[in-house]
Amino acid sequence: MSLAALVHLAVHAALVFALAPLLQGIVNRTKAWFAGRRGPPLAQPYFDLWRLLAKGAVYSTTTTVVFRLAPVVALAALLTTGLLVPMGGWPAPLAFAGDLFLVAGLLALARFALVLAALDTGSSFTGMGASREVWFAALAEPALLVSLAALARGLRHDLAHDSLSAIYGAMSPATFTAGAPFLLLVAGALLLVFLAENGRIPVDDPNTHLELTMIHEVMILDHSGPDLAFLLYGQALKLQILGVLLVGVLLPVRTGVAALDLALAVAGLVLLAVAVGCIESLLARLRLARVAQMLTWAGALAVAALVLEVS
Amino acid sequence: MSDRGLAVRPGEPVARAALPVLEPRAWRDAIVADVAAGGRLLALFGAGEAAAPTLHAIHQDRAGQLRWSLAPVRGSWPSLTSECPQAHLFEREIWEASGAVPEGHPWLKPVRRAPGTAASDGAPPFFAVAGDDVHEVAVGPVHAGVIEPGHFRFQCHGEAVFHLEIALGYQHRGVEALLAQGPDRRTLHVVETLAGDTTLGHATTACEALEALLGVSVPPRGHALRALGLELERLANHVGDLGALANDVGFLPTAAYCGRLRGDFLNLTAALCGNRFGRSLVRVGGTGFDVDPERAAAMRDRLAAAARDVRDAVALLFGAPIVRARFEGTGVVTAPAALDLGLVGMAARACGLPRDVRHEFPPLAYRAGRPPLVVLEGGDVMARARLRAEEIERSVGFVDGLLAALPAGPARAAAAWPAPLAPGHAVFGLGEGWRGELVHVLLTDAAGRIERWKVVDPSFHNWSALAMALRGEEISDFPLCNKSFNLSYCGFDL
Repeated sequence: MSLAALVHLAVHAALVFALAPLLQGIVNRTKAWFAGRRGPPLAQPYFDLWRLLAKGAVYSTTTTVVFRLAPVVALAALLTTGLLVPMGGWPAPLAFAGDLFLVAGLLALARFALVLAALDTGSSFTGMGASREVWFAALAEPALLVSLAALARGLRHDLAHDSLSAIYGAMSPATFTAGAPFLLLVAGALLLVFLAENGRIPVDDPNTHLELTMIHEVMILDHSGPDLAFLLYGQALKLQILGVLLVGVLLPVRTGVAALDLALAVAGLVLLAVAVGCIESLLARLRLARVAQMLTWAGALAVAALVLEVS
Repeated sequence: MSDRGLAVRPGEPVARAALPVLEPRAWRDAIVADVAAGGRLLALFGAGEAAAPTLHAIHQDRAGQLRWSLAPVRGSWPSLTSECPQAHLFEREIWEASGAVPEGHPWLKPVRRAPGTAASDGAPPFFAVAGDDVHEVAVGPVHAGVIEPGHFRFQCHGEAVFHLEIALGYQHRGVEALLAQGPDRRTLHVVETLAGDTTLGHATTACEALEALLGVSVPPRGHALRALGLELERLANHVGDLGALANDVGFLPTAAYCGRLRGDFLNLTAALCGNRFGRSLVRVGGTGFDVDPERAAAMRDRLAAAARDVRDAVALLFGAPIVRARFEGTGVVTAPAALDLGLVGMAARACGLPRDVRHEFPPLAYRAGRPPLVVLEGGDVMARARLRAEEIERSVGFVDGLLAALPAGPARAAAAWPAPLAPGHAVFGLGEGWRGELVHVLLTDAAGRIERWKVVDPSFHNWSALAMALRGEEISDFPLCNKSFNLSYCGFDL
């Protein structure tokens, strides 16, 4: 591995892995501002992770090794995914033809581990949360894949023979002027998937304490200590990863200077976090059955983008 | 018409000897017939010897007249519940306390599972639904938020709820037994802590009953100050509930506003008496505190400012289509169901039933004036939310009018307290707390001490409505439905 590649890996990892909890802090501060509160410090998610890592974990006697493995598997899958998504038009440290399917597979693996752990607890709440998570994932995953496929086709790339980095690398302000409607459709689909997969309003309320209404949060009710820290950090990573994919479409500005491009991508993420804070402050949660409709819409937008480009 | 019970009015004592004692079967049939013809049951309880109680029933007959009748019980009595569902908790309560059996009761389970009572041994089974895809969800008694304890057992089919059974009793403190030793110096304190959010409602209702037995007449200013406190209590709770409803659907703007605004109304109560929940405002003979003109003027200004902010927060809430989509059609209680279950107060008014004690049987505090009656159709979360918003408007106007023109004179009449009550008498006080009808029934013995003090909080009637509202609903909407009723656990558990 060359020095340049090492530096690249270090910078990318620092941006993706270290910044992730900050985005949650920004979302929370934005919501607090809307509510007229001062809100928690921006670094509160980091403090929380630190606090949890220093604690011991409690395991229920009904759980098995599945429950203990899940946080590790989920975190490992998400960390690997973090190395596969390109930021600011620069290739990701890991990039190969068809890596998109690995990204989708790793996201699914993380979810699978969580769902198994949730079922392992034997609690009716976590089981219900797992059922909802899978229900919505079944609709969100195709929407994500189809929107990325549409993006690849639109940029005259091929999913099977090009990497995610190559597809996103081909984005430029020019593609926006040439195919704004198609790109907006893709961005729309990605935004809906982003909100749903990260359990944000209008799909899920990350702040609620009501077991019966939660989706994602209820699945991890039984985890504690470092396990919970892993899962919370995994959530932050997922927010970051899907955010990078969305910002890559909406902000395809290329200066040619790596540092500047990456800084722009980070700025885009910060803006996205603020936007999520605004959405959460202005919208209410949808009824659960409506969430499925919303995700169907995401799929429809993605398919429309695909068809628009093919025709 | 003594075969249907003695015609009585709230706050008017009768000699206990004058209450007609009926044969249990005739007693039951008369009440069931009256309730079926449009009446309802206000209170049903046992008094006297624990093992062989005399049942007291206060019900409203078809003409709207309240009637009080007794039936002696030896081991069992013919149950009312199968034909009069609103009696079901009352009968279970009597059975739990005395061991006497309501023959034919379809779901005879203890209400509070208090230790040492006849029915406390063993955990009774919950209603269960069998089938491949049916699953059971048990919630509580310990909840994720800082709220009161209660157990909810759902029978679900996927996300849909077939049946909800609610098991309470975790806050049973033996309030009625404590009160029955009185009257003494702690009597009013116990009454004020029956349900903390209805401090003034319970205190006023209890005091009106006690004053009737003491022969004390409260000066007009005392009544006005009580009404003022009662409406401020309603305002604080309604505003807080609207915020909580917004919070449950994740609508932050209204949730954040109303959290603060509830405090503004509580602080107005504190300006009256130094306590945000109105403790020690209501005293036998009147109120323990008075308001001078400067403070009344300052309170009017603060009320106007808070009311303005509430209007903004409410406009935001009902103006958001995504909120309306969540509220409309959720947790419906139909008007016939509300009639059968004997719902009271806000929950009944949101089903189109004009049930408001302030208008039907105005308590003394409201004789001089009362906010207009608000009745809405629909019976869903939206109706209960809108009803609160409307009542806030009406109550603000009423409170402002009271503060602008408080009757002159003293706020409290001289009254010896604690003092022996009229011996051998029976009286009941009726009040409209912010949730609904409050009933305090007092029976005195030959020495003028309290022999039996029965409390019926509106939550006692209305918890059944929550269970009904959930049928066929998504389980994820339970917190929203629950909040739309916002019933009291301790008021039920006593």
